[in-house]
Amino acid sequence: MTEEKRIVLRNADLINPKKIEDYMQAGGYQGLEKARLMSRSDLIAEIKKSNLRGRGGAAFNCGLKWSFVPTDAPVSYVVCNFDEGEPGTYKDRIIVQKDPQSLLEGMAICGHAVNSKQGYIYCRGEYPYVVELLNLAIDQARGKGLLGDFDIEVRMGGGAYVCGEETALIESIEGHRGEPRFKPPFPGVAGLWAQPTVVNNVETFANLPSIVLNGPEWFAAIGAPNYPGTKVLTLTGDVANRVSIEVPTTATLREIIYDFGGGIKEGKKFKAVQVGGTSGGFIPESLLDTPIDFDSMRGIGATLGTGAVFVMDETRDIVDITTRIAKFFEHESCGKCNPCREGTFRAYEIMKKINNGKAVAQDIENLTILSQVMEKACLCGLGQAAPAPILTTLKHFYPEYQARLQIH
Amino acid sequence: MITLTINGKEVHTPKGSTILEACQQNGIPIPTLCYDPDLRLAGSCRMCLVEIKGRPLYAASCVTPAENGIVVETESPGIVAARKVILELLSARHKFNCQVCEKNGDCKFQDYCYQYGIKESRFIYGEATNYGINDPNPFIERDYNKCIMCTRCVRACEEITAARAINVENRGHHAKISTAFDGNLADSSCLFCGQCVMVCPTGALTSKVSAGLGRAYEVDKVLTTCSYCGTGCTLELNVKNNRVVGVTSNRTATGSPVNKGALCVKGRFGWDFINSPDRLTTPLIKENGQFREAGWDEALDLVAKRLGEVKNEFGPDSMAVFTSARVTNEENYVAQKFTRAVLGTNNVDHCARL
Amino acid sequence: MVNIQNIILSFRDKPGGIIEAFHAVQKEYNYLPEETIAVAAGTFGISEAQAFGVATFYSYLSVAKRGKYVIRMCESAPCHIAGAEALIKAFEEALEIKVGETTADGKFTLELTECVGQCQDTPVITINSVPYVNLDPAQVPAVLALCQ
Ligand SMILES: Cc1cc2nc3c(=O)[nH]c(=O)nc-3n(C[C@H](O)[C@H](O)[C@H](O)COP(=O)(O)O)c2cc1C
Ligand code: SF4
Ligand code: SF4
Ligand code: SF4
Ligand code: SF4
Ligand code: FES
Ligand code: FES
Repeated sequence: MTEEKRIVLRNADLINPKKIEDYMQAGGYQGLEKARLMSRSDLIAEIKKSNLRGRGGAAFNCGLKWSFVPTDAPVSYVVCNFDEGEPGTYKDRIIVQKDPQSLLEGMAICGHAVNSKQGYIYCRGEYPYVVELLNLAIDQARGKGLLGDFDIEVRMGGGAYVCGEETALIESIEGHRGEPRFKPPFPGVAGLWAQPTVVNNVETFANLPSIVLNGPEWFAAIGAPNYPGTKVLTLTGDVANRVSIEVPTTATLREIIYDFGGGIKEGKKFKAVQVGGTSGGFIPESLLDTPIDFDSMRGIGATLGTGAVFVMDETRDIVDITTRIAKFFEHESCGKCNPCREGTFRAYEIMKKINNGKAVAQDIENLTILSQVMEKACLCGLGQAAPAPILTTLKHFYPEYQARLQIH
Repeated sequence: MITLTINGKEVHTPKGSTILEACQQNGIPIPTLCYDPDLRLAGSCRMCLVEIKGRPLYAASCVTPAENGIVVETESPGIVAARKVILELLSARHKFNCQVCEKNGDCKFQDYCYQYGIKESRFIYGEATNYGINDPNPFIERDYNKCIMCTRCVRACEEITAARAINVENRGHHAKISTAFDGNLADSSCLFCGQCVMVCPTGALTSKVSAGLGRAYEVDKVLTTCSYCGTGCTLELNVKNNRVVGVTSNRTATGSPVNKGALCVKGRFGWDFINSPDRLTTPLIKENGQFREAGWDEALDLVAKRLGEVKNEFGPDSMAVFTSARVTNEENYVAQKFTRAVLGTNNVDHCARL
Repeated sequence: MVNIQNIILSFRDKPGGIIEAFHAVQKEYNYLPEETIAVAAGTFGISEAQAFGVATFYSYLSVAKRGKYVIRMCESAPCHIAGAEALIKAFEEALEIKVGETTADGKFTLELTECVGQCQDTPVITINSVPYVNLDPAQVPAVLALCQ
């Protein structure tokens, strides 16, 4: 059986998150110290070699992303994506609430690698109590001179899921409507205030101190070779234990739901799991033996995403849940591009019609065509991913849709 | 130079071009709604999508760089299907009344619906957009039930006029072009320059002054220079049955070298005096305290004769010429030349100096 | 209450700080009173239309007057299957208002929200941003009694 393995949460519940002294005692800031003895290019090469891939959803090689920042850039920024808007996800909150200094140390390591003097943490507006903790942690680190000439400022989001998209996030820090930019240019070249900018997820940063300290080989040997390390998962829905756990990326969905989650609540049977948050695909029983690493999940038409694991038991109504998810995207679309602004709205209307038993087969066909176009035509990942729950439930749970149709 | 393949044909384009530009240079038509060559790029309407071999997502050609060796399809079945869906989605919220719409015949949205055969939308589910259309200003009709949210108006207001009167409010399907607190233009920083009307690809923004006077395809477009001030903006008079029924913008650098189509409220909306019965249409000569109509020859002969008499009797420096900022540079040049060479005096001045 | 002008001016030197300023005003007033838009626009050198566009983009910010206690009820999928709908109904009945409305005495406003990141204990609401978790409709009167 797969065991929990803690890298990111290594200090969780062992130290007082409000006391930097505890963190120091647990080996804190030694990774940063070691990183600062390396040249920028060596540090980037080490991170690249560890094959740490972004934990915010897109799984881009972290070191590779850093290497896009021009070495002669006079100004560059390090931005931590702590928007965590994906429903069912609270892992970044857990990481920060249990060990905020790990994040700060990871950001400072990145700051050294890309020669940045200024970091920003973009924290969702719904976490004001975490912002307080972060500001305390930053004050402590600054007070001890640990950050050196690298400074970190916390900025708050305003209740817009799309601001988790890195360019929308940058727009939001700049004080604008959180509408994604077209790419290229990528943030590594022209990001915050048009300067080179690295955007990484909380969990990505929190992995860095251990990787630098223990070496890239150590990290690369943990979990799945293509997506090494661990993943912090949040179990929600109808599992017996609704917990957050950190497991090597070789763990399978079945292990996660049954071994860590304690199986389905109240002895009921499993029906479906949606991994990666509300924009993830639905997965039926037959695919539960898939490991959670990014590529394996993609292989079954799902995504690892944020690592949210939303479990539904046999009594759950897939069409109703998918309708609810369609409303989420209708509410969160930024409205910039046509296929998403109009598409999420109409998809929700069609789902409501199906859910209310008023639809005919043609409606499902229209929904399918719309979904297929949105996946390829939308400007950003929100609109591209919005159809995933619809298309995967149509694929794996079609009889539930069919049962809702009006007989003609 | 960059070499790429578009629709099976190898084409070349200067480095730094977008795929859209490469297509335009090579005569390959691409539909665009949010793209405007004079405005910041948006990449948001997604009409200009193309397929690039090996890339899983469609690319908006207006914001995607042309790269060496890429293979582009501009009208593949997938692209056509996507454009149709986009047009149908826009149609589902659009208040079609082309029969009375000021934009009929000059409307990009209508053109593309025709081109892609959008007879009806498959996506009419839920409520239609229903915005009020009463902005009580004398110049601009705003009907956001015809708006396709291309934001060209917002960008034009900011980047051409710098009035920044309008922006996008709310988000998602509720996003709408609005002033602060969604009020009337007159209560905002709007200058009624009409640049927003100029760039709007649909009938969402139209001129109230021209309403009902003629279709785009019924009018002759006559270029002239605005007579309100000395800037010398080019106007495009819309002439129907020998009457001016509107002013539009010629946005080319050659047709409109001074202003590239941008105008102010006077030039764009203040042309109804042209057809006023109070206008002088012939010279008038005053005799015995009464004006009478005269021909140009008679009038000019009279003026020349009287100026000559004054010059002989009192000398050239007894006369002065004063010119106006409301005529063009060229006319001002001619006036000073006339003063110096014909009247023989340096007594010439201009209202802009005062 | 602190003067809106002063609140916003204190963020003047933060590039892009308008959203932080909005948060600070909202913390004091529970919404963004009308003058906020003009003052913020002036302070950050943007147009009023743009400041309004920013304020109305973010669902956590409100340009409409709200009650002393803003109750936001999560209806994202995990809360949805945990009975969010029944909870929403219970709040509507207890306060005799619909979602989006404010009680006549100006004490409570009911709003819907998407996930607030407390999904280990669904369903979840927040009252003035403080989460209350694992609620069931029977607890609604007790929760409301906490708001004094
Ligand atoms: C709609 C949308 C929402 C996103 N939300 C988040 C988020 O809340 N947190 C996050 O880290 N990344 C989020 N992402 C991914 C980011 O765009 C970006 O890829 C990520 O922050 C990069 O960090 P990483 O490489 O460390 O994963 C989101 C992407 C999209 C399209
Ligand atoms: S896909 Fe949706 S969220 Fe992304 S830019 Fe388009 S409208 Fe905005
Ligand atoms: S008329 Fe001119 S100033 Fe007024 S909204 Fe249009 S572009 Fe802006
Ligand atoms: S009013 Fe016209 S220019 Fe402005 S967004 Fe709508 S369609 Fe585009
Ligand atoms: S805006 Fe275009 S499509 Fe719409 S009614 Fe007018 S002419 Fe027809
Ligand atoms: S013209 Fe390219 S996206 Fe609008
Ligand atoms: S789903 Fe309700 S708090 Fe996350």
